[in-house]
Amino acid sequence: MVSSWGRLGRWEHDVRPLTERAQLPRQLQCAGPGLAHGMGRSYGDVCLNPGGVLWRTTGLDHFISFDQDSGLLRCEAGVLLRDIQRLAIPRGWMLPVTPGTQLVTVGGAIANDVHGKNHHALGSFGDHVRRLELLRTDGSRIVCGPAEMPEWFAATVGGLGLTGVIGSAEIQLRRVAGPWMETETLPYANLDEFFQLADASEAGWEHTVSWIDCLSGNGRGIFLRANHCAIEGGEAPRAKARTMPFVPPVSLVNKLSLAPFNFAYYNLQKSRAGKGVAHYESYFYPLDNLHEWNRMYGPKGFYQYQSVVPRAAGRAAVQAMLEAITDSGEGSFLAVLKTFGERGALGMLSFPQPGVTLALDFPNRGERTLRLFDKLDAIVAAAGGRIYMAKDARMPRALFEAGYPRLAEFLQYRDPGISSAMSRRLMGN
Amino acid sequence: MAEHCARLWLAGQPVELTLLGRNLDKTEAVAADLRVRSPGCSVKSVQANFSDAQQIRATVDAIVAGGLPDIVLIAHGSLPDQQACQADLGLAAEAMQVNGISPALFAEAFAGHMQRANRGTLTILGSVAGERGRKSNYVYGAAKGLVTRYAEGLQHRLAGCGVKVVLVKPGPTATPMTAHMPQRGLASVESVAAQIVAATAKGQPVLYTPGKWALIMLVIANLPRAIFNKMDI
Repeated sequence: MVSSWGRLGRWEHDVRPLTERAQLPRQLQCAGPGLAHGMGRSYGDVCLNPGGVLWRTTGLDHFISFDQDSGLLRCEAGVLLRDIQRLAIPRGWMLPVTPGTQLVTVGGAIANDVHGKNHHALGSFGDHVRRLELLRTDGSRIVCGPAEMPEWFAATVGGLGLTGVIGSAEIQLRRVAGPWMETETLPYANLDEFFQLADASEAGWEHTVSWIDCLSGNGRGIFLRANHCAIEGGEAPRAKARTMPFVPPVSLVNKLSLAPFNFAYYNLQKSRAGKGVAHYESYFYPLDNLHEWNRMYGPKGFYQYQSVVPRAAGRAAVQAMLEAITDSGEGSFLAVLKTFGERGALGMLSFPQPGVTLALDFPNRGERTLRLFDKLDAIVAAAGGRIYMAKDARMPRALFEAGYPRLAEFLQYRDPGISSAMSRRLMGN
Repeated sequence: MAEHCARLWLAGQPVELTLLGRNLDKTEAVAADLRVRSPGCSVKSVQANFSDAQQIRATVDAIVAGGLPDIVLIAHGSLPDQQACQADLGLAAEAMQVNGISPALFAEAFAGHMQRANRGTLTILGSVAGERGRKSNYVYGAAKGLVTRYAEGLQHRLAGCGVKVVLVKPGPTATPMTAHMPQRGLASVESVAAQIVAATAKGQPVLYTPGKWALIMLVIANLPRAIFNKMDI
């Protein structure tokens, strides 16, 4: 039984660990369609293949080479971003782009073309992949990159694992002086202030993100910006990892808890406003030390709803989404608002596009939650936006097709021996 | 398992490591990974034919000629298909050679050098499968039982000298060897490796890992035959 990070359900899978890169062509031979599965950190059904084969990639965890002078890293697709960071940072290098958890595999990061807080500066994960090795279930092997079979590369970056199984990749790391970040925390009172801060921070700050109090009505929140910095000494915080020990019978994120949560969080952060210094692990991955935090949402699990809408319509669309949430009586705690930079996505199905992205979590309350999503969908569609597939478990096919205009082109590169719950839901097979 | 032990041994201290395997492509991939993780260490890989006793002796002598290792870990193995072994004695012989005879011969070859130098730790992987023969995997179990008795013999012979012999009995663990099996209930290879490294550092004579297998095997090994024979295990 395997579930994804949203824990919306558990499904029977035939789990087959991949163990050796040289053996992949043989290991990918199986009767029904399979799907590569790394850490299962995507929220919806992109990493699931109920009733079918899951090729678990976490055993493909070998580094192949690292050039200390150029920062070029070659590794297998099951290597965790955590292991790259821990290897590279003491040597003065770092992943240029990292999502909010480092407990994901390289293959998963490429297949979902993940982004971080520095999209306006450095784009998404795929922008730093120089080459990748793709194994097809017909036994063939394709090596592609931005300059080499670029169409295969564009299909595979953000390609949801549907073009083949990524065996290994070459990633260009970026230089850093050390593990420390200089940060600045700024409360904002409404969306206009958010956009002013975001625009004003683009030039001077590499990382920008904000937490938005989605219950406040006017869109107040906390803006956080940061740069890498050189600080000598200072012990890395050895935060003790904790595990959410059980699944509570009801979601701990609920109507009763959300208002005080959000009120307290806003005011706590507001009181901490100003400049500071943070270690990269606590800055980038605040939830990685709370193992299985997704259990907080109770036995029914939770949905993430992340959209991006073009900047012109962005202010009004975000406002409309916040109002729809307030009207529905649903609420979100891990609500993140940030702007993407003016750069086109590399992958045919990559999520990031110029505009503003809002990410929200909702405990699964069945029909009520889904009805809210229908309203949010209408706002996103009207604004010409799209939904992030790494997080999606329910978007209608029409919205998918409208949001991803390169879909038809992408379909030519699919591997017929690969299928996921998401591909069956959104692409028909 | 050996690979994850090596990652732990090489993290944070300069180590000279020789990887000895049956397939050079495999050991080279592991060596490349270890060199990236631990650039301060020296990692060599060596290939040998594990079914040739003379070559085992020669390979061990050549490694020791470059300096006697402080730690030797003998961890190779492959899980045979029990039914296929019953039908084809050649497969059964091969499985017993790989899992039983060759680890014992490697241990014997290293033990001599270590005894003469009066130092070193020899860690050998047996298995909980070697505790009592079961119909579902007694070919593998018999081979691992051989390893267990051999290690006990070495412990008896080397008691009181400076050489430690550590016999590890892992339960089912998620490794390439078990990749074709249902994965539920398998121990994580990282946790098993960490316990092997700790037991090796202490020179602990016997390690069950995960620890619960000591209790489980105590029960299994002592079940009356009348009950045991009715079990489908």
